[in-house]
Amino acid sequence: MRHAASYLFAAAALTAACSRSAPRPPPIKADGSSTVYPISEAVAEEWKKVHPTQVTVGISGTGGGFKRFCARETDISDASRPIKKTEVDLCAKNGVEYVELPLAFDGIAVVVHPKNAWVDRLTTSELKTMWEPAAQGRVKRWSDVRKGWPEKELRLFGAGVDSGTYDYFTEAIIHEERASRGDFTSSEDDNVLVSGVAGDELALGFFGLAYYEHNRDKLKVVPIDDDKADNGAGPISPSATTVRDGTYQPLSRPIFIYVSKRSLERADVAEFVQFYLREGQKKLIAEVGYIPLPERAYPLLAARVDRRVTGSLFQGKGSQVGVSIEAMLERQQGAGR
Amino acid sequence: MSQESLPVTAPPRASGIPRAGELEGVRPARHALFLALCVLALIVPLAVLGLLLASALHVSAPRLGWEFLTGYPSRHATSAGILPALAGSAALLTLTAGLAVPLGVGAAIYLEEYARPNRLTSLIEVNISNLAGVPSILYGLLGLEVFVRALGLGRSLISGAATLALLVLPMVIMTSREALRTVPSSLREACYALGADRWTTLRCVILPSCLPGILTGVILSLARAVGETAPLVTIGALTYVAVLPDSLGSAFTAIPIQIFNWVSRPQAEFRANAAAGVVVLLALTGALNGLCIWLRVRLGRRA
Repeated sequence: MRHAASYLFAAAALTAACSRSAPRPPPIKADGSSTVYPISEAVAEEWKKVHPTQVTVGISGTGGGFKRFCARETDISDASRPIKKTEVDLCAKNGVEYVELPLAFDGIAVVVHPKNAWVDRLTTSELKTMWEPAAQGRVKRWSDVRKGWPEKELRLFGAGVDSGTYDYFTEAIIHEERASRGDFTSSEDDNVLVSGVAGDELALGFFGLAYYEHNRDKLKVVPIDDDKADNGAGPISPSATTVRDGTYQPLSRPIFIYVSKRSLERADVAEFVQFYLREGQKKLIAEVGYIPLPERAYPLLAARVDRRVTGSLFQGKGSQVGVSIEAMLERQQGAGR
Repeated sequence: MSQESLPVTAPPRASGIPRAGELEGVRPARHALFLALCVLALIVPLAVLGLLLASALHVSAPRLGWEFLTGYPSRHATSAGILPALAGSAALLTLTAGLAVPLGVGAAIYLEEYARPNRLTSLIEVNISNLAGVPSILYGLLGLEVFVRALGLGRSLISGAATLALLVLPMVIMTSREALRTVPSSLREACYALGADRWTTLRCVILPSCLPGILTGVILSLARAVGETAPLVTIGALTYVAVLPDSLGSAFTAIPIQIFNWVSRPQAEFRANAAAGVVVLLALTGALNGLCIWLRVRLGRRA
């Protein structure tokens, strides 16, 4: 009977002892936003077919990803907003320099239940009325948002406070990052929000466009009017076209990867980043549900990597609203010169 | 039905518990009700488990197969597999057992066999019982601070295993102590009477006779560890790992994390993968419990 027990211990000891095998190049580590994750995962999957260096991708959220990145724990940080001042400082303190690469655009869809007949559009100020911190306990019914809407309870669903989506939405709608009412159903898992809104006729929610695209039959998307005529007048629905041409404002945003300059000294990391840009642009970004930048952007990004252009185009201001692709490219060329 | 004539206050027989038939005669209505409640209590959890398993099997039917077990993660639901997560879970399980069993059983032996009953001992005992009730996420945070940061082990397999070992340690200690207590003191005394010392008694008499009980506790604790997600998320088990763990310092993923990842995808096809992951996880815990029963029967017979 001692044998049986010693088998267990022996098995444990054996795995521990035999685990050191032939050296392998250290894996390329990416971590960060769950929004960017599908792109990084798709690229890593394709990369595995052509290169022996392993790539691992984690989901710590944009903020969590930067914490690790600035502590030199990762090579690449996935981010659904630009790096913030506090993160810039943290990286600087630890001597981490980085190349910032805006990769694609993502839209935030505002959705209601398909049977909701009264909402056919919303203005950004109505969204603000619904979501601002002062709305807590005051804006409880649909009729509190617009006169003539039913005097029925308004049930709100939104991205969790650890997500870049929440950061961006609050900045775009309430004009103050991370300020919103607290009495809404929040989840970091967008599928929870999808089923929440799909199962409640009085619900309104917001989340990444890809989640709406995959659940079109269960949801009704609300066109958004930002009351500005210069980027498309009237209410505009989110789609690949309206996000790309910059008319679906203010709820479309660029998403990024940040690459450590020190990691780029490794040939395989530099090669991986170029592969990321090339394959991403060719098909992977669109395939996983995001909107690629215009084609001419990618050579500029590749040059940025080659020349190791460090620092952020966004001056560490965090989420910024209304950044069109054109404006971003101009900034980029300016910075590259 | 001669028992019907027995008086209600019939004294229990010298041999102890009255037989079921006797009680039935005594208070038929109450007894039937109690029996019904017991059967219901048995049926409800079994039905829930059966339903869960049936629905998981039904949803996962298109994905469950050899390819799924040996595949690597992918953005395409139909080609995504669970191998790295399965290997990660298996490695975690082995390492957790390697860390928690010697420590836990050792602590239990000390507390039961060697420790003097004083303030310090009872303080330790109270703390162990309390630790068994601490939410697993707290162990994750502890693991993050101690193993990942302070000891500099990084977000590696060994950090994960050490965290899970901490998590199951109180359970291993408590169940092992229970098992040690079942050894009748007459056995010990007989051994001492034959001139054996403490260590010999422990090694040759006490441990062998309570081994089945200890193993049951250990395996049930490990079955819990294999389903834990929260502590692994905090210490940074990754989501996309297309490589099997090959060293203590490897990045790793585990089945519950892979399931979580699949469930949170926008594409509905991934639900089948998640369900298939659930089936694999259930099979793994089922196998562990089976191993536990087998060991108990086998060792019990020999002891």
